[in-house]
This record gives sequence, structure tokens and C-alpha cells, in this order.
Amino acid sequence: MTNIAPELPPPGLEHEPEGGAVGPVQGSWRLAAREFAQNKLAVLGLAALVFFVVFCYLGPLVYHGGLTSDLTATNVPPSAGYPLGTDNQGFDVLEELMVGGRAALEIGFLSALIGMVIGAVWGAVAGLAGGLLDGFLMRIVDVLLSIPFLFVILIVAVRYGATVLGLSVIIGIFTWQVPARLVRGEVLTLRVRDFVSAARAAGSGRIRLINRHLLPNSLGVIIVTATFSVADAILAVATLGFLGFGLHYPNFDWGDMLNNGITYLQDGYWWQVYPVGICIIVVVMACNLLGDALRDALDVRLRRR
Amino acid sequence: MTAYLIRRAATAIVVLFGVSIFIFFMLHVIYPTPAIDVLGPHANKLSVAQWNSQHGFDEPWIEQYLRYLNQLLHGNLGYSYKLNQSVAALFQERWLRSAYLSGITLLLSVVIAIPLGIYQAVRRNTVGDAVVTTGAFVTYAMPDFFLYLIAIQLFAIAIPIFSYEGPQTTSMISIILNWRAMTLPIVCLTLLELAGYSRYMRSAAIDTLAQDYIKAARAKGLPERLVLWRHLVRNAFLPMITLIGLSIPALLAGNLVCEAVFNFPGLGLLFYDALGTADYPILLAYTLVGAVLVVVGNFVADIALTVADPRIRLV
Repeated sequence: MTNIAPELPPPGLEHEPEGGAVGPVQGSWRLAAREFAQNKLAVLGLAALVFFVVFCYLGPLVYHGGLTSDLTATNVPPSAGYPLGTDNQGFDVLEELMVGGRAALEIGFLSALIGMVIGAVWGAVAGLAGGLLDGFLMRIVDVLLSIPFLFVILIVAVRYGATVLGLSVIIGIFTWQVPARLVRGEVLTLRVRDFVSAARAAGSGRIRLINRHLLPNSLGVIIVTATFSVADAILAVATLGFLGFGLHYPNFDWGDMLNNGITYLQDGYWWQVYPVGICIIVVVMACNLLGDALRDALDVRLRRR
Repeated sequence: MTAYLIRRAATAIVVLFGVSIFIFFMLHVIYPTPAIDVLGPHANKLSVAQWNSQHGFDEPWIEQYLRYLNQLLHGNLGYSYKLNQSVAALFQERWLRSAYLSGITLLLSVVIAIPLGIYQAVRRNTVGDAVVTTGAFVTYAMPDFFLYLIAIQLFAIAIPIFSYEGPQTTSMISIILNWRAMTLPIVCLTLLELAGYSRYMRSAAIDTLAQDYIKAARAKGLPERLVLWRHLVRNAFLPMITLIGLSIPALLAGNLVCEAVFNFPGLGLLFYDALGTADYPILLAYTLVGAVLVVVGNFVADIALTVADPRIRLV
């Protein structure tokens, strides 16, 4: 294990002629970025995510399959007019894929954001406070972690109806526990470090301590878990849609499309099932690859072993 | 060690209380009173209020919570007015089937994950390892229902070896013997769990392989087979114990989707049907049972780990 301070050139640099004999001063983030860029799978994952964002948001501007029901062209197999065919109500599957992906991506990112913000603050407060408050806050985390969150999402969706914002909030409420635990762990080790004591001695209040010192230093952990929770949220939303309790028309997501498509699986209408399934798998895999790579890149202990 | 176990049990009890409070509040907010279900959707406000006061649904929440808790401790999980049956009776009728499905898939996936993870760790970065890792990665990213769909398409529709309809009998023995109906759900669930387990097993085994005692065992000339079985497996398995405890929520959620797809009459299908009829007593009771299973499962996993790993007993 090598201790990498920002002022030191990264270890192993001398083996790389293109890195220069004496490296310029590099921040640890730039180091992580370089580490990340060397991981081919990670770049692939990032590319896939960027592709899907472009596909879902800019795609419909370029491709007009017609997001209107055309009842004279239902269940049309892939052909010149419909690259991916149409579904049972005459909607173009390719354009449905584009628009349906938006909900998945939005819920994925929004819920991860909500989860990370709550988790980071919760963990930092618990870790810094210690004692009774810490115990209380962490028991709440334990309680929420033991409740099977898919069940709660389903119940809430049935009771209040599923919307993008509502689902993001409810999934976010069930994703902050793991980051809270991790951030608390980070804070527990950080708060006895010299730079934190120095900041304290200089008169920093608790809020400043959390904002300026503790959270920025646990950012690596937060980002890594965020990536994985995007994947989890996308899967959860797809499951919701598949079970028939997802978004309501005119909003829909990939899970709804699958739910619709399986009715016709026995008729051999494969284009209503497989493209959308592959989209879900690719997006989730991209998030997981990204998360793995970020963990490798940001975790100093794993760096260049 | 006794002190550790007592502390651990105390935490579990505190968490169980927290779970009961959480579920009660969900019930209280979502389904404050069953009056509408009892009296019908067109009941007037007066009779609803009367029914509420007769059955204590207008009391302060703290009293309602204590009554709820008291009922829970006496094994009363609530009453489904839509099915006109107590939730406990509904669960009793079905839990064994779900337990069988979960139990056998858990067993199979652990039994397969251990040798698979060891194989991958020992043959790290070879073609075999890459194939298994990629397979696990894809399965891990796959929505579970999509795997069921592919399996049904391939092995029940295209090549009709298996049935895609779960067994509808109440007899456990005929369910177990009905391989045509049980193969697809069991194999699919096992694959999904295996995807997670084998990844952990692989990394645990890789970490263990780097330990000095493995080098020492090899250096003293122990046959590789004994190194693997005596030193590697026993140490690399330890994180798996915790993982199995942690995977109970996924197991329950997996059961829900699996039973819904294959129409297998277990607790998951009961939950799924209750979603359709908005039968909140069943929904929240199952969530509660799930949460209790998670707490108990983690507790048992921690005890098992204490038994299996003497280092923990030092704490």
C-alpha cells in the first residue's frame, strides 16, 4: 500500500516514459481520472451511458416514428418503416424505447442523488456527533435497511400512483442507508486526523467542518455507491413496470413496455420484448462497470497494485 | 463472547421495535381504518365514524400502536377484509411453498458458488474465469423477470420440456416431485443468486489466496487440494455467511417476481394478488414478516460467524 499525497508523483510513474521523468504536481482527482481512463471496461460503460442519454433525449428529435397510436399498423414486425416494429396499439417500438428510457434514467439519477444527499449528511452528522445521537441515527438506518424496499415501493405506487418524482423520492428514501453507513465510517476515521483538528483549532464550526473537510474527503465513497444505486433504481422501476404498477399513460418506462410485450410472447412478437430487455441490461451493466471502475480508481489502496 | 451476543441480540430487538413502528405508521397513513372495506364503498360518514369508534380506530395513534404491537406479539398479523380471512391463516396456508422455493435455491446457489468462486480465484484471469465472470456480470445486471421470460421462451415454448405454470396443488410432496413445473423457477432463481454470490466468493477467495498462511501451507509441501479445502475454503467462506444473511431481502423480492411470473401459489403471489386488490393488511403484514426475517437472518448469520470464526470471539 502506498500513501499517495497530492504533492507526490504517483508511484509507478517512473516505469512509464510517456508520463515524464518527474511528474508535475497532480491532484488525486486527476490521478483517479487517469486510472479510470486506463480501464477499458469503464470507458465502455461510460460510453454506453452517454449513448443512452443521447438516444433517449436527442433521439426523438431526429427520429420520428410517430408516438401516436396507429391502429392500422399493430404488431408490425421490424421493417423499413418501423425499424423495430410496432406494439399491439400501433406505437413505434424504437421511439417508445427512446421515450421510455427517459423515465428509467431520470428515476435512476434522481433517486441516487436524493439517496446520496440524505446519506452523506446523515452519516456525517452521526459520525461527527458520536454517542447517543450516533446510536439513534444508526438504528434508524438499521430499521430501514431491514425493510424489503421493493415491497414498500410497490405498496406506495399502488396507493398513491406512480410518478417519476414520486418514485424517485421513495426509491431515494430507501437508498441512503448504505451511503450513510459508509460516510459515517469515513468520518469516524477522518475526524481524528490532524487536518480536521487543525480546522477545529482554527475555529471551524460543525457545519463548516462537515461541508469543507469531512464530506469532500468522503466523496469517493459517495460517488461509488451512487453509481451502483442508479443501477438498482433502474432495475426496481423496471420491476415495478413489469408487474403492472409502474407509471401511468402517457408516461411509461421500459418495464411497462416489457409488461405489454410478454402478453404476445407466445405469438412470436419478439421485437416487443428483447430490444427493451437488452436496453435495461446494457444500462444496468454500464452503471455497474462504472461503479467497479470508480471504486478501483478512487480507492487508494487498490491503485496500481 | 456472551457479552457480544447479548449486545447483538439487544440491537436486534431494538431494530424489530423500529420495524414495527415503521410498518404501523405506513398502515396508519395508507390504510387508517378498514371501515370502508367492511361497510362498503358507499357507507355514510356517520356509520364509518361509528364503526371506527366501536373498533378503536379513532383512538390516539399511540394506543392503536400498542394494540397493534400486542396483537403482533400474539401472532395476529391482521385481518384481510377483502378475502375475509385472517392474514396469519393465509400465510400459514402458503409459507411452506415459498420456503421450499427459497430454501432450495439458496442451498443450490451456495453449494455451486463455493467451488465456482474458488475455481475462478485459482484460475484467475484465464478464459474460464473470464467466461464465468462475464456470465455472472450479465446475469447480475439482468432484471430477474427478463431471465424468466428468456427461460420460458426457450425451454417451455420453443422446446417444450418444462412447464411455465407453477404446480397448483396443495400437497408439498407433489410440488417437490413435479419437476416439469419446478425446474424453471428453481434454476432461474439459482442463477440470479449465484451471480451475486460467485462474485463475492471469487473476491473473498482471491483475498485469502494472498494471505501468508496459504503461502506457508504451500511452502511446507501440502498438496494443493488440501491447501484449497483446509485453508482456502474455510476462510474464504466466512464473508459468505454474512452475505447470505444480507441477501434475504433480495430472496424475498426474487420470490415475489418469480411467483408472479410462474403463477406459483406462495407468499409472493399472495402479495402480488393483494397489490391488485389494494389489500393493505396483507401487503403490510408481508412487508413486516419480510423485515423480521431480515433482522433474524442477520442475527443468525452473526451468531454463525461467531461460531465459525474464533477471531470474533476475542472481541
